[in-house]
Amino acid sequence: MEKFTSHTGTALPLRRSNVDTDQIIPAVYLKRVTRTGFEDGLFAAWRNDPEFVANKPEYQGVSILVAGPDFGTGSSREHAVWALMDYGFKVVLSSRFADIFRGNSGKAGLLSVPVDQDVIEQLWAMIEADPTTQVTVDLEARTVTAGDLTAEFQIDDYTRYRLLNGLDDIGITLGNEGDISAYENERPTWKPVTQHA
Amino acid sequence: MGKTLAEKVWDEHVVRSVEGEPDLLYIDLHLIHEVTSPQAFDGLRLAGRRVRRPDLTLATEDHNVPTLDWDQPIADPVSKTQVDTLRKNAAEFGVRLHPLGDVEQGIVHVVGPQLGLTQPGMTIVCGDSHTSTHGAFGAIAFGIGTSEVEHVLATQTLMQAKPKTMAVTVNGSLPEGVTSKDLILYLIAQTGTGGGQGYIVEYRGEAIEALSMEGRMTVCNMSIEWGAKAGMIAPDQTTFDYIEGKPEAPKGAEWDAAVAHWKTLVTDADATFDKEIVIDAADVTPFVTWGTNPGQGVPLGANVPSPEDFADPSDKLATEKALEYMGLTAGTPMREVKVDTVFVGSCTNGRIEDLRLAAEIIKGHKVAEGTRLLVVPGSVRVRLQAMEEGLDQVFIEAGAEWRGAGCSMCLGMNPDTLAPQERSASTSNRNFEGRQGKGGRTHLVSVPVAAATAVRGTLSSPADLETVEA
Ligand code: SF4
Repeated sequence: MEKFTSHTGTALPLRRSNVDTDQIIPAVYLKRVTRTGFEDGLFAAWRNDPEFVANKPEYQGVSILVAGPDFGTGSSREHAVWALMDYGFKVVLSSRFADIFRGNSGKAGLLSVPVDQDVIEQLWAMIEADPTTQVTVDLEARTVTAGDLTAEFQIDDYTRYRLLNGLDDIGITLGNEGDISAYENERPTWKPVTQHA
Repeated sequence: MGKTLAEKVWDEHVVRSVEGEPDLLYIDLHLIHEVTSPQAFDGLRLAGRRVRRPDLTLATEDHNVPTLDWDQPIADPVSKTQVDTLRKNAAEFGVRLHPLGDVEQGIVHVVGPQLGLTQPGMTIVCGDSHTSTHGAFGAIAFGIGTSEVEHVLATQTLMQAKPKTMAVTVNGSLPEGVTSKDLILYLIAQTGTGGGQGYIVEYRGEAIEALSMEGRMTVCNMSIEWGAKAGMIAPDQTTFDYIEGKPEAPKGAEWDAAVAHWKTLVTDADATFDKEIVIDAADVTPFVTWGTNPGQGVPLGANVPSPEDFADPSDKLATEKALEYMGLTAGTPMREVKVDTVFVGSCTNGRIEDLRLAAEIIKGHKVAEGTRLLVVPGSVRVRLQAMEEGLDQVFIEAGAEWRGAGCSMCLGMNPDTLAPQERSASTSNRNFEGRQGKGGRTHLVSVPVAAATAVRGTLSSPADLETVEA
């Protein structure tokens, strides 16, 4: 996982609430055998609509999603996070996230940032007025800034620590390699193995 | 204070424990199949990681494989890609794989025990919810998600919060002709599909001790259907006898050391559970489901329930919706429900004892006109054993389809599916809408009920066959 300290980029104003994981990526896109390449499934049902905000020329190359409340509800599919990341998003801002989505995003390295709905509203207005607006999300300082707007956000210390250091769960566990090896050395010899030397 | 079986096994596997964080648990055996592993291997590749313990990992192909023409290339391109991907990954990461066509291929939860890889006191995981099956040996066994599959591949451990424990004590003995499948269907109907949520359940008591290993696996298999994290049964002589001599079982002095340890894996007399349920085995009768979740079941002798039978408004609504989906009318005797397809198989009831029981009941009868019977062994070994005993001939003579090994009609993923509105009596574990094919209607049943139903064409028990000309 890449380290995340601070990110600056342009943003997509998604004026919708309750964007569930089926809307983020429909089930038919889950048959793939890779962990990447899900960008074509992102918001698939809406992408056919030329009026859909992500289809507009001024919002190409965005890396921050500014969404309405209750983002990421529904199934636990990890593909939702993968699709957002594959599309190029580094950060999602919303006033409320579904727990599982937030957990999954932390695991995969997508920063989901909860901010007050009035901050979201201000960001939407600012971005819509000028799509080239640069938004900065600073994980170290726990702030979101755009123009003269600065807002603080909450994130638990453990997730922040992991993202700042680019540690996924596997990375953290491998940090305890010594404990695992010590445990393995004590395992009884009669425990079964699937391969024999 | 003493410990429960689950606590003993859990504690033996804690690699690292820190206040306020989940335990880091060592995993003794990681089972893999084609559907939930590709992204995990891809993740390893992207991060430049390897499989830490290929020697504690075993892969097989089951969900996507056809049960006919298994020597031909897989026809469905998506299924073929998943299977091919597993083969490539296994080769690249050095994982032992039993592919379609191999003598050890089969449903992952049938293969582990028959190889002797499933043993008491182990931690066993697989990207499949019915991993709970292996708990029958006194192992902690549960299903995991794809990220966790990757975590286990890379580290041979999992971060897990310790679940609560529950005891389900089954006193007395099951009536003649009543199986462990009826017992678990009965239990789920009593507790609801969420009754086990958050618990590792230990099944105990006389009726459980009297079960064969295969019967115990059926019970533990369906633990997940009432929401339990895992199901377990304390190992005893039945367990040891089953394992002894299996290909991967310990031998000689190792066997003695293993058994000595396994004998300690019982709940201490002074241990306490977070919850206890007691049932009387004598109350259990042949049980069948009428609805679209495994908790919607009644005795075979009962009638299709009515929404009016339920006080709770959400139960009323659920019943209404289930009856509509199932195309059933409240008040119809279950015995009059006509079935199009009978499926004997799956990781719940696709082992050799199941096939023997089915053959014993079907022998000398014919599958009813307008009904088809699919008999699908859980593994190639089960298939070969059945053929050695001539069971295949019994099925074929009765007019059944005798198939190759795999998950088959348990789920609508491979070519064996129900047509819309087609009705099945199935020995599998899930009757969700569309589980066996889009629009398909599933009644979960035991093996004797399945066999008798195939002969009569309506939901039946073997006792009903006495009126049919043999
Ligand atoms: S037989 Fe059914 S329940 Fe068992 S592993 Fe296969 S699909 Fe899952």
